[in-house]
This record gives sequence, C-alpha cells and structure tokens, in this order.
Amino acid sequence: MNESTRDAFDQALDTREIRGRSLYIDAWHRLLKNKAAVAGLVVLVVMVLLVIVGPMLSQWDHEIPDWDHSSTPPSLETGHLFGTDAIGRDLFVRTMIGGQISLLVGLLATLVSLIIGVSYGAVAGYLGGRVDNVMMRIVDAVYAMPFMFLVILLMVVFGRNIFLIFLAIGAINWLDMARIVRGQTLSLKNKDFVEAARACGATEAQIIRRHIVPNLLGVVIVYVTLTIPQVILVESFLSFLGLGVQEPLTSWGALVNEGTQELETAPWSLMFPAGFLAVTLFAFNFLGDGLRDALDPKDRL
Amino acid sequence: MLKYSLRRLASAIPTLFLLITVAFFLIRIAPGGPFDGERALPAEIEANLAAKYHLDEPLVFQYARYLWQIARLDFGPSFHYRDWSVNELILQGAPVSFTLGILALAIALIAGVLIGAWAALRQNRPGDYAVMSFAMIGISIPNFVMAPLLILLFAITLGWLPAGGWDYSPTRMILPVVTLALPMIAYIARITRGSMIEVLHSSYIRTVRAKGMPEKEVILRHALKPALLPVISYLGPAAAAIMTGSVVVERIFTIPGIGTYFVQGALNRDYTLVMGVVILYGMLIILFNFLVDLLYAWLDPRIRYDDGEAEA
Repeated sequence: MNESTRDAFDQALDTREIRGRSLYIDAWHRLLKNKAAVAGLVVLVVMVLLVIVGPMLSQWDHEIPDWDHSSTPPSLETGHLFGTDAIGRDLFVRTMIGGQISLLVGLLATLVSLIIGVSYGAVAGYLGGRVDNVMMRIVDAVYAMPFMFLVILLMVVFGRNIFLIFLAIGAINWLDMARIVRGQTLSLKNKDFVEAARACGATEAQIIRRHIVPNLLGVVIVYVTLTIPQVILVESFLSFLGLGVQEPLTSWGALVNEGTQELETAPWSLMFPAGFLAVTLFAFNFLGDGLRDALDPKDRL
Repeated sequence: MLKYSLRRLASAIPTLFLLITVAFFLIRIAPGGPFDGERALPAEIEANLAAKYHLDEPLVFQYARYLWQIARLDFGPSFHYRDWSVNELILQGAPVSFTLGILALAIALIAGVLIGAWAALRQNRPGDYAVMSFAMIGISIPNFVMAPLLILLFAITLGWLPAGGWDYSPTRMILPVVTLALPMIAYIARITRGSMIEVLHSSYIRTVRAKGMPEKEVILRHALKPALLPVISYLGPAAAAIMTGSVVVERIFTIPGIGTYFVQGALNRDYTLVMGVVILYGMLIILFNFLVDLLYAWLDPRIRYDDGEAEA
C-alpha cells in the first residue's frame, strides 16, 4: 500500500468518523422534536425555579398571618397575589412552600424506590434461576396488596412524620421498578454484544459498567419521570385526608384540602394549589411519555 | 381450566396471609396504646381493659387469636366507637360504598371502551387527538381536585346538583359517581385505543377486510373482542383504584360509606377499624384479581396453555 492510497484511506476514515452519536444524544434530539415533552420539561423547570425563588421574593411568610386581610381574594393592592386563607396567611407563599414539599417528597420517595427497585431487580435478573424465581414470587405477593391502605396504616401507626412519608411511599413503590429492571437485565445479559465483550476479554465489572448499566439507564430514566408524579399524587392524597404533611409545613394536597373546606366562600384557595398540582402532574406525564418514545428503540423501526 | 384456577388460588393465599401478618404486627409495634386519652386511667382499669381485649397475652397468642377471628370474618370491637363492632361499622357503610363503586365501574367500562374504540378508528385525526388529550387531563387531575371543581361548577355556581350527602337518589349520586369514574374512563379509553389499533393492524383483520366483510362487522365481530382483553386485565387495578378513590370521594361528598369510617378511624387511631378495612379491601382486591385472571384465561386460551406448558 503506497503513501497516497493510505492518505486517502485515512482521510476517508476521518470524514466518516466526525462525531459518534451516542444513544443519549440521539434520544435527546428525538425528545426535542416532541413538542408536548419539551413543553412539559420547560414547565417543570419554571415550576422548580418558581417554588424555590417565589417565597424569597414575596414580602409575606407562609406561617405568619396578615391580620388585616383574612380570606381576601387575589389582588395587587393588598399584595396577596393569590389571596389569603381563612386566617390571613398569604396563599402565594403557601402554594410555593407546598410545592417545595410536594416536589421534594416526589423526588426523595422516588429515589428510595429507585435504590431498592434497581438493586433488587438487577440482583434477581443477574443471578437468575431459583433466586430470581423466589425474589419475583415475593414481588408478586406484595404487588397484590392494597398499597394505598397500607401506607395509611403506616401513617396511623408511626405518626405523621414527613421522612416516614418518603420511606413509606418509596418502600412500597419499588415493585414496578424491580420488575422492569429485572426484565431488562435478564434480556441484556444474554445479548450477543455482551457475549462479544466477554470474548474480547472484558471483565465482569467492565461488562456491567459499559454494557448493562447504560442500557438499563434508559428504562430507569423513563420510569423515574413516571414515578415522580405518582408519588406526588400519593403524598397529596395522604395530605388531603389529613394523614400526610402537618402544620406548619404544608403541601399541595394539604392546601387543596383547606381550599375544599372554604370552597363556597374562598374558591381561590382551592384553585391555585389545585392548578399548580394538576399542571405539574400533567407536565411530568407528558415528559415521561416523550422520554419513553425517545428512549425506546422499538418505535424507531 | 380447573388446574389453572387452583394454581391461581394457591398464589392468592400467601398474599392474603402476608397482608394480615403485616397489618397485625404493624399495629402491635405501634407506639401509644388505643386507650391513651387525655386523662391517665387508673392502673386497675387499664389492666381490665387490656384483659378484655387480650392485650395482656403473649404476641403469638394474640396473633393466633386474630387469625382465627379473621378466618371467621370477625374484625373484633372498634377501639374508638366502644359500643360498635368493626363488622357493624363496615356493614353499615358497605351498601353505600358498593353502590358507588359498582356504578362507577360500570359507567367507566362502557364509556371508556366506546371512547377508546371511537378514537382508534380515527387514529391520528383531530377527533383522536382531542379525545386523547382529554384522557390525559382525566388521568392527570387527581379525584380530590376534580371533586371540589365539579362541586364548584355544578352545585355552587350552577346549582343543578346537591353538593353532598347520600340518599340513593340519582341527583345525589351523579357527582360522586362521575368523580370516581372519570380517571377510569380515561385509562380504559387509552387502553382500548392502544389495543384496538394493534388489532386493526393485524393480518387476520386484513384478511377479513380483503374478503369483503363490511367494516361494521369487522369491528364488532372480529376486532372488539381481542381488543378488550387488556381492558379486562385492567379491571383488577381498577377495582383497587375505586376503593382508594371512594375514600376521597366519600369524604368530599360527605357520604356515609366504608371510606368515611376508614378515614375517621385513621385520624382517631382506631386500630381495629383501620385494620379491618385494610384487610377487607385487601381480600376484595385479591378476590377480584383472582376472578379477573379466571375470566381472562377463559377468554384467551393462550394464557392457560402457556402457563400449563411452563409448569410441565
């Protein structure tokens, strides 16, 4: 092979390999084409910024009542943008603080279920055989339990502690995650590219790091975006019944509960927290659907 | 079929057992006894109360006693409403809750399937998009937000329907039943649409169409039945969702059903009542799932044969 052909060859190789597009860059581009998902993402980013920055900018505190204005409708004059509740606390700040709690519970409880679910599912899937069988039978048995009622029972027994809410919800919500991760691991470990990596002399740790984990990540990301709204919903449900977050803290569910009680006299105290809650759940669902479409290679055929 | 039923039943029993065990030990390790009140009771009275409710026995005995009780469907006395047994409380609420639940489920099934099938036949056309966006809203808005909004609109602003209460009259039932049914309509519509689209793309539908069968016949006779299978498997979770949902709906519309007693029990730390309702609902969900599995296997022979082969 002479110099010039080799140069041409190199050049050809060079132009061919401008930049590799990883699975995730690919998925990201596909996500950006999905308008509903992008809108969901934008709404969520704005929402997070708002609930964090909002209370700092407001002149009111979420606990201290404004004695001159109780149950006043939203107005710019009084400075209560969302109005006040029955004892004169500013609803804008309360909605933001409630949002912080709701989002925080959503994230932390999802994290708990993520950790339990991924390790349980990965172990079951990777070990396979009898261990897998027993572990999945346990999941089946727990799966059929009346989940919401058990969480309420936990709340009744251990009191209404906010950390317990994370744990209780997370500890019960890991089942789906475990099932999904197990299924994925099971199918991955028998794939040809894993076999090929093994044949090339990759170690077990390298295979897990380079091939199993990145391929699990997709389903896990999708599932996390779909779990967070579920968890927020469970927390709101508990708080709505008076079994979740307690005063002076609040959450969207607790605010909706207060709003429902003053429905006739002060409808705004329902509308704002309910609106924020619904919009957030909506955005998460759209984003989750979009991510599933973007990361699921099956639909690309 | 019998073998399949027995196998399903055998897998339902451990779940039930697990549920009862978890519930029992959770309550027993709970801090604070059921008799903790504002005033401290004299020691003798406390001892008598403990003896009456067998709280002085070793835990294992209490557990065995409880299992035997549950086996006879006796949930014991309520700790809060002293003159009532949990059974009496549950029986009082049951007719109301069941009426509510069954109506909601029936409406959800009929409306959900119709809407879903309609959308599937208009896949990716404006009608489909509109309906599915509404379904997304129905799923995203929780029932404890939907209920006050419906009250605000139909009871307070328009004044068409009563805002709460219960007397088995249709006007009082509309709002709670609709609240309970709405998210379920949305789910069932989405499931039906998805499976209907899949079925309509399958080759046997193409064959039937190629043979010149009228479109109406194709859909009603050939496409609908297989498209309904995923809906049937959703019935189990749906029943569970209705039970949870009715807790909220009963509270908002002040309906004297099991859910109301349950929330009251939870707030009063009425252990026996809460546990009774948890176990009763657990039993119902497990029973319902079992029946749904049987129905599914009966409708779709592939399930029972697959399962049989796997066992062999």
